[in-house]
Amino acid sequence: MPSLPQIDFMAHRRVAMAVSVALVLLSLVAIGVRGLSFGLDFTGGVLVEIGFDQDMEPEGVRVLLERAGYEDSVVQNFGDASTLLVRMPTQEGRDQASLGNALLALVKAEHGSADLRRIDFIGPVVGEELREQGGIAVLVALAVVMLYIMFRFTGKFSVGAVVALVHDIAIAVGAFALFGWSFDLSVLAAMLAVIGYSLNDTIVVSDRIRENFRVLRRSSPIEVVNTSLNQTLGRTLVTSFTTLLVLVSLLLVGGEQLRGFAAALTIGVVVGSYSSIYVAATTLLLLKIDRSSLVVAEQKDSQV
Amino acid sequence: MALGNLIGDRLIRMGREADSDGPEDFRLRFLVLIIALVLGVIYAAPNLFAPDYALQLRSVVSDGRLSPQLEGRVSEALTSRGIAIKSSEYVPDRLLVRFESGEDQLRAKSILEAWLNRDETRYVIALNLASTTPEWLERLGGKPMSLGLDLSGGIHFLLEVDLDSAVRDRLESDAENFRRVLRENRLRYQAAEEWLMDDSLQVAFMDDATRDAAEDALTDTSSEYEVQPATVRGLPGLEMRLRAEELDEIRDYAMSQNLASLRNRVNELGVSEPLVQAAGRSRIIVDLPGVQDSADAKRILNKFANLEFRLVAGPDASAARTERYEYEGREVVLERSNIVTGDRVTNAVQNFDPETSAPQVSIDLDGVGGELMNQATRNNVGNQMGIIFIEREPKATRRMVDGEEEVSFETVEKRRVINVATIQSALGYRFRITGLGLGEARDLALLLRAGALAVPMYIVEERTVGASLGQENIERGALSMMIGMGLVVVFMLAFYKVFGVAAVIALSLNLTLLTAIMSVLGATLTLPGIAGVVLTVGMAVDANVLIFSRIKEELARSPPQLAIRAGFERALLTILDANVTTFFVAIILLTIGSGPIKGFAVTLSIGILTSVFTAVVGTRSLIHLVYGRRSVRRLAI
Repeated sequence: MPSLPQIDFMAHRRVAMAVSVALVLLSLVAIGVRGLSFGLDFTGGVLVEIGFDQDMEPEGVRVLLERAGYEDSVVQNFGDASTLLVRMPTQEGRDQASLGNALLALVKAEHGSADLRRIDFIGPVVGEELREQGGIAVLVALAVVMLYIMFRFTGKFSVGAVVALVHDIAIAVGAFALFGWSFDLSVLAAMLAVIGYSLNDTIVVSDRIRENFRVLRRSSPIEVVNTSLNQTLGRTLVTSFTTLLVLVSLLLVGGEQLRGFAAALTIGVVVGSYSSIYVAATTLLLLKIDRSSLVVAEQKDSQV
Repeated sequence: MALGNLIGDRLIRMGREADSDGPEDFRLRFLVLIIALVLGVIYAAPNLFAPDYALQLRSVVSDGRLSPQLEGRVSEALTSRGIAIKSSEYVPDRLLVRFESGEDQLRAKSILEAWLNRDETRYVIALNLASTTPEWLERLGGKPMSLGLDLSGGIHFLLEVDLDSAVRDRLESDAENFRRVLRENRLRYQAAEEWLMDDSLQVAFMDDATRDAAEDALTDTSSEYEVQPATVRGLPGLEMRLRAEELDEIRDYAMSQNLASLRNRVNELGVSEPLVQAAGRSRIIVDLPGVQDSADAKRILNKFANLEFRLVAGPDASAARTERYEYEGREVVLERSNIVTGDRVTNAVQNFDPETSAPQVSIDLDGVGGELMNQATRNNVGNQMGIIFIEREPKATRRMVDGEEEVSFETVEKRRVINVATIQSALGYRFRITGLGLGEARDLALLLRAGALAVPMYIVEERTVGASLGQENIERGALSMMIGMGLVVVFMLAFYKVFGVAAVIALSLNLTLLTAIMSVLGATLTLPGIAGVVLTVGMAVDANVLIFSRIKEELARSPPQLAIRAGFERALLTILDANVTTFFVAIILLTIGSGPIKGFAVTLSIGILTSVFTAVVGTRSLIHLVYGRRSVRRLAI
């Protein structure tokens, strides 16, 4: 007969809580102080990715552009040493739509082997719209998810789910601020997927806790929570692990354009699994959940 | 909240009913699974047939038919130069020639360009990836997924149509009419001032009486305007605004005219499967798969080129009715009014003057244009005629105004006289124009054929992906898919044994269904879309994991058969529950998101649906097949 693990998760809940609070605070500070470095999608401007047949120093191209009168350009290696990424805001007094072509022509004149890999141009108006759209998407997603939590959970469970959600998103976004990774549209999509994923884990754990309060009538709240976590541990770990397997393969071979996306999801999945164990459940204990609060909640329900 | 519990209970009960595993239920579930499998395989299959490298030949003239001999001549020309043709066929109004390799395709293109279009541009020759889906599959509606521009390489433009300028043009030309009406009625207005204010016309009068009389006169003449008394520059005046229906009509017309002209232009670019589509009220999306040179594409899409034919003014013409131009270093004085303009051109082809081999454009005028030209030249034999070449290029530049960033859109117009010649005899509908460089002549012919843009457009977004990056994205996407899938399969087999086999088969079915649904819906696969599929592989296992861990738990208290049944039953609600939040998010992304987000959201949302289906129906049936009809002592889980 297979036996379930018997880990006393809740014994370490104070340490876990301290870690969580520290991580969230660090994230908030990073977001507040360093801010997010928004990608081209949101800032507008021009981005040109150029491939060469040999390794290229970004500095040389940067100087070349500066001499030609282009302001505020950022040149860096992208993926490997023979690929350069040039990014700049739209330039005063120049036609913005042909900026990318002009840039490419300039680099080509200097280095014959330059091969166009990508031009992205986002006009200021479109950049602003994408920012707005992104903001709306986040707000709508949060609103729908909150509504679903209200509809799906009762009382203290919904508080636990919301706390876990905020915890996960704060840390995932915080990592992008802390490391200065570019936050673009695909990262935003990943963050929204993290919202879905974080909740999905919490739902499975919370459901089991609720079920066990009915089944295990003699146990203390801490025991009930511990048993539930142990019962769902296998599932939480296996699911997170298989998701991490594919994310790691995306991170390693998916290429530079998917790196931010995969990184956001990887952080989200790790933090999301941890938070479904510690954050959601610890919040329930902090709120002094016991069998009576389930009963009370259900009575309240029936009055609604 | 009570509702939530109610629905939950209902789901559990439904689950129980579906799980009361009688032989009938099992048969039904198995039937559904087989049908899904067969449909999935059929509609996913077209993606297995790699497309052929091909060329599409089309006549430059919009309704021009290809001669039946063309196929034979093309095949002869190419085989004599050592290029093997896989097959060729006529598809409606074009010739499709397939090759064995991309190298052959590119060589064939340059050979055909040099041979068929030597003297004049007669054919548009477009690179193409031709589908090799067998006919019977196509007849069932099977088609491969289309690749997004980030995979196929190509250019995406978002153009903003300057609709305000369409309204301004209309206001300006109507203002001319209103002035005439006022003059005819001897109503004096403040003539020196500009009438056009943003989106209305405003005119000032000396006194109230004139203003009232003018109001009556103008209201009678135009039903399209709302005429309202107003104070204009401190004087009694009138404000005239176009009615809302009228504004809509002007804007719709400008949009449809620009769309039509853009479609024609894109066709001339030699793109095999372009997309030109209105997006919202004032924007147009242009997708050009396979095109690499975005500078060239911009030159054709966004430009305005036209001709004006005018008589050279006689020595006694008044200065107000003439304009001075420079031509070949000397000054020519042309009349201000046109005989005819390029808007009257029905067809234009660039070719070469047989005597001088200089590039020229041969032009056909429409009925009205031909008549006007004939009249003017008949009466002026021996006089001179000048041709003005007009180019307009829309430019958007950034300026700093009081510390605020502002983008200003403006159109730079260049006019120059390209030809002054003595009229030898009356001209008709067809004639030739010389005096242009080769590039200019080719562009002019193209733009005259395509028709003018009604109003200027500005590029507000561009995404160009080079062919090498596109290919790399496909390879990287496929590789991460294989590695991710491989790792998950190995893990599942090692961890869950027989049940793992069921999960892996379910996962394969899942991917087949996902591919089939994407193909049938005509969804476009993008790089973020591939990421969505990879993520689906990782998360799809979850439903199986939920079922298996429930079964494991149940084994502690029940015999294997009961444990299996109870495991499926109790996991069902959790599976639905766990997927519903991610599905919500995917739908939100799908409705609000744009660009890269959309591609991800499409695969994610379809992936969730197929994952739930395959776990609940697929895994269940497979487990039943293995353990269903015998008594089991131990489960390999």
